[in-house]
Amino acid sequence: MSTTQTAAAAGGAAIAAPAPVAGRYNRSLVGDTWRRFRRHKLALVGAFIYFSMILVTLFGPLIWQTNMNDIDFAASNSFSRAHPLGTDDLGRDTLARVLWGGRVSLAVGLCAMLVASSIGVIVGALAGFFGGWMDITLSRIIEVFLSVPQLPLLLLVIYLYRNALVAAFGPELGVFILVVAVIGGLNWMATARLVRAGFVTQREREYVEAARCLGAGSWRIIKHILPNVLSPIIVAGTLSVGAAMIAESTLSFLGLGFPPDVPTWGRLLFDALNFLTIAPATAIIPGTMITLAVLSINFIGDGLRDALDPRRTL
Amino acid sequence: MTTYALRRLLIAIPTLLVISLVVFTVLALAPGDPLSNLAASTDIPAEVRENIRKQFGLDQPVYVRYFKWLASYIQGDWGYSYASRIPAATLISFRIPTTLWVIGVAYLIAVLIAIPLGVMTAAKQYSPFDHIFTGLSFIGFSLPSFFTGVLLIIVFSVQLRWLPMVYNQQVTDPIEWLKQAIMPIAVLALLQAATLNRYVRASMLDNLNQDYARTARAKGLAERVVVTRHVLRNALVPVVTLIALQLPTVFTGAVVTEQIFRVPGVGSLLISSIQNNDTPVIMAIVMVFAALVVFFTLLADLLYGILDPRVRYR
Repeated sequence: MSTTQTAAAAGGAAIAAPAPVAGRYNRSLVGDTWRRFRRHKLALVGAFIYFSMILVTLFGPLIWQTNMNDIDFAASNSFSRAHPLGTDDLGRDTLARVLWGGRVSLAVGLCAMLVASSIGVIVGALAGFFGGWMDITLSRIIEVFLSVPQLPLLLLVIYLYRNALVAAFGPELGVFILVVAVIGGLNWMATARLVRAGFVTQREREYVEAARCLGAGSWRIIKHILPNVLSPIIVAGTLSVGAAMIAESTLSFLGLGFPPDVPTWGRLLFDALNFLTIAPATAIIPGTMITLAVLSINFIGDGLRDALDPRRTL
Repeated sequence: MTTYALRRLLIAIPTLLVISLVVFTVLALAPGDPLSNLAASTDIPAEVRENIRKQFGLDQPVYVRYFKWLASYIQGDWGYSYASRIPAATLISFRIPTTLWVIGVAYLIAVLIAIPLGVMTAAKQYSPFDHIFTGLSFIGFSLPSFFTGVLLIIVFSVQLRWLPMVYNQQVTDPIEWLKQAIMPIAVLALLQAATLNRYVRASMLDNLNQDYARTARAKGLAERVVVTRHVLRNALVPVVTLIALQLPTVFTGAVVTEQIFRVPGVGSLLISSIQNNDTPVIMAIVMVFAALVVFFTLLADLLYGILDPRVRYR
């Protein structure tokens, strides 16, 4: 009795919802990508490490409440219960400084990526969609930016304009805005080229023609095209998070980025340079954090590249 | 071909002009007085200070100064260092040999490692050998060069005491000289080898499954011959252009390496000039870097045409 009922119920369910059988309906870009991304084991590991880093730096200082500027005169630089990762040359707790610095380092990576992607998408879309003199001008600008020696200009702008922004926005926010703006402002060219190429091929498609026939304006058509060129933007954006983090830590490492009281991972490494003989751990800890973050971002980027490739299907 | 080369050369000139204009404006509009180091003493009366400014032409508007700088730059006069009163060109020419030596050897080693490794990993795709070296190169290009440098110092200078921590130009003994160059070269070579290796492998994989490779196998050639004689030649075409394109990034990478190991090269000159607000020297170095980028981009384009007969220039 009950068996027939379940069979009937199962049959009814099969008729009512064929979706689970076919499994190919109602698939969104996000769902598709996630399904393919999951198969890339290293990318999953990378995503896990990267997002745990964000969580730990966000919530870590709430749990580990030692102030990063408190000086412990009694502390030696070895690991102890009071200082699990030791202290720096002044007796400040390394764990607290690594946690706080991580917030800044990770935030610089994400914000610089947003700046770079925004500029890249706008420039690329305008050049690719309108073509003509707009394309020629913007492509020339992209070329000039590609020929600019990146690191020297980065160092120069940040060193020269640091004091002005510190005066305007305060020591932390001022340098943060400057670093993010300059790194983002010098890293948008790859995205712009990809978006431009995407728009050039997409603007001749039927759906654009159809939208035009319906009287859609340029702005609306650009909004229609944009989702179709999203894949390369996402991949380039992900990889630029890692590039921006390396750029920021290079600046801090050269002593030209954040001031000493903002302990980004690059800055911590720079401060540790004079004590390599007696306290190598103070250099290895922040360096490992940077490497781990960049490595996991690169794995995520690799996984996304495979997952978003339209030539691959499940 | 010649007309194409000439036309590309003509495009390169305005690119360099725009870069010089941008960098000059960034320097000129920066807050802070470049002369504060030259006339640091507060005893210097205001009128003397004003006279010095006039003598350097700093009282004139930015665009006048730019054109004056441009005119003398083209004539080979790169200006005098504010800090040391030595001509900027002389300062740079002192530093160039060391930088070229370190970079040249590092890049050569990188190419010599990356090409055979890329070929072998591609020929044995998905073998343990491939997994190990592809994984290593992934880590190698995620490791920031400053952290690799610090790690090498900790291992080879601090722990093992094999190599000197700091580069000393006074050393004349050839063995000592070689020993101090090993670490700076290794840092640069690792990063470049890891980047190039990925491209060589990808390019080889593209070619290994082409029809001509199948034909070569079908007529009974040994796999070794197919790989080294047929596939390698075609796979190297994009790689050679990439080697040219990457070369300028080695120069900027040298800025970091020279700073870690205190190598007295162009990179460390740039850092100290930025810290001293030494405008003429900064301008001169940035323009050298920019010219390198433009030149090698041009070279890459032309090489592509020479190596690949399918590419036609119009």
